[in-house]
Amino acid sequence: MILITLAPAVLWTLASIFGVLVIASLAVAWLARRKPGGHGELVLRVKSWWLMVSLFSLALVFSRGAALALFGLISFLALKEYLSLIPTRRADRRVLFWAYLAIPVQFLWVFMEWYGMFIIFVPVYMFLGLAFRMVVGGVTQGFLRAAGMLHWGLMVTLFSLSHVAYLLALPAEGNPPAGGPGLLLFLVVATEANDVFQYLWGRGLGRHRVMPSVSPNKTWEGLIGGVSTTILLAALLSVWLTPFSWPHALAAGLIIGLGGFCGDVTISAVKRDLGVKDSGSLLPGHGGILDRVDSLAFTAPLFFHFTYYFYY
Amino acid sequence: MNRVLRYCFFLVVVRPLVLIVLGINIRHRERLPMAGPAIIVANHNSHLDTLALMTLFPQRLLESLRPVAAADYFLSRKGLAWFATQIIGIIPLSRKLHHSGGDPLKGCHEALDRGDILIIFPEGSRGEPEHLAAFKTGIAHLAERHPQTPVIPVFLHGLGKALPKGESLLVPFFCDIFVGAKLAWPGARQEFMAALDGAIRSLATEGKLPDWE
Repeated sequence: MILITLAPAVLWTLASIFGVLVIASLAVAWLARRKPGGHGELVLRVKSWWLMVSLFSLALVFSRGAALALFGLISFLALKEYLSLIPTRRADRRVLFWAYLAIPVQFLWVFMEWYGMFIIFVPVYMFLGLAFRMVVGGVTQGFLRAAGMLHWGLMVTLFSLSHVAYLLALPAEGNPPAGGPGLLLFLVVATEANDVFQYLWGRGLGRHRVMPSVSPNKTWEGLIGGVSTTILLAALLSVWLTPFSWPHALAAGLIIGLGGFCGDVTISAVKRDLGVKDSGSLLPGHGGILDRVDSLAFTAPLFFHFTYYFYY
Repeated sequence: MNRVLRYCFFLVVVRPLVLIVLGINIRHRERLPMAGPAIIVANHNSHLDTLALMTLFPQRLLESLRPVAAADYFLSRKGLAWFATQIIGIIPLSRKLHHSGGDPLKGCHEALDRGDILIIFPEGSRGEPEHLAAFKTGIAHLAERHPQTPVIPVFLHGLGKALPKGESLLVPFFCDIFVGAKLAWPGARQEFMAALDGAIRSLATEGKLPDWE
């Protein structure tokens, strides 16, 4: 077991997340007892959280390779969901296969800690290569639309999300308290908590809609309340998990809070464009995997480059 | 021996393939029968259709799952014939007219009498992927002989994109599976075919299916 190599702060944070889940489960059970039948979706949602948190913790604790494999799997599921939702051309079947192959390759760069290749592989080589592979297919009708949509999906589901994993490849010296795993945990916890905070603030006080035509449930109250709470949480977590000074910790919280909101509404716009409510049904109570990682796809590269610029 | 092999094949190869590499979005799962005899009727786009439908049932029901498949195709080569009959567990069906006088559905009748769950694709062939072809009427003869047996229409979408006829490279796509309400025997074959056709066509409109041209 490589458990020992994880900083105590990381292990304590993981334990605290399970603590929060226990409290959430009790609260939901209490709600369900007070008003039977009214909270089915909430019950499912908490159950799915248990599954996700358990898998995530196991992979992180087990080894770096296991964590990379889990993030590779998440990218695969997200890309598959995206490619199944968008209109595709029959002629591009094999092109899509190449796009899937980009996933293990991108995570190989992360495993090798080859930053230069990691950062250009999808935006340069896959961008050019997949477009040319489509041309080889010989069908020009709908080419630009197909090439554009494929690249957009690969950027969101693979390039952006793989930034979460690259935090594990950063040298430990940059973050003395908790290393790469500490930064990863900070990003994921703050991003997911931000989703929950914005939802709760919106449910409780939401009056004024931010973007009624894209996401009718998003309100200014939810956004401001959520982002403020996320900044507080970030300030707290940064003490144990990051090398951040106070101003940097608050800035990281702000970036994650706003970035998470942007990711959420952007994927909402995609779903609205495609005419679906949820991106899938993989995670009962949440929808599909894209519904869960939408905010992470935006916060991951933003947080990564913020940290990389100031501390590495 | 083959029974053990079949069980392991579905557990180790088919389930991970269908649930992780492909992935299923299912609607109305509760309409599936959890005991035989029953007839599952679905549209046909890909070899994967059979495997995806079989994965919807718990592993303990594997013994009683019997896909009905074309004898001329699946029994054409020795190795394939062994795999189709012993591992997948098909009931071979002759697509030619029954000139010998025997009932081509004999194997199906026997299976239903035993309490098995039949899986039938009345389009008769995978055909053009993601296009619904006219149903052949053998299914109506079967339903007429077993009027008490529930017939469950199922609409499949997406597997024709993952592995269409004539392709050997599997490209992952989520597949949509919409299960319909069971059809009661209406008393006549023509009415039955109309009801079945209507049921599958209306299931097809339940979801938003992306273009694929």
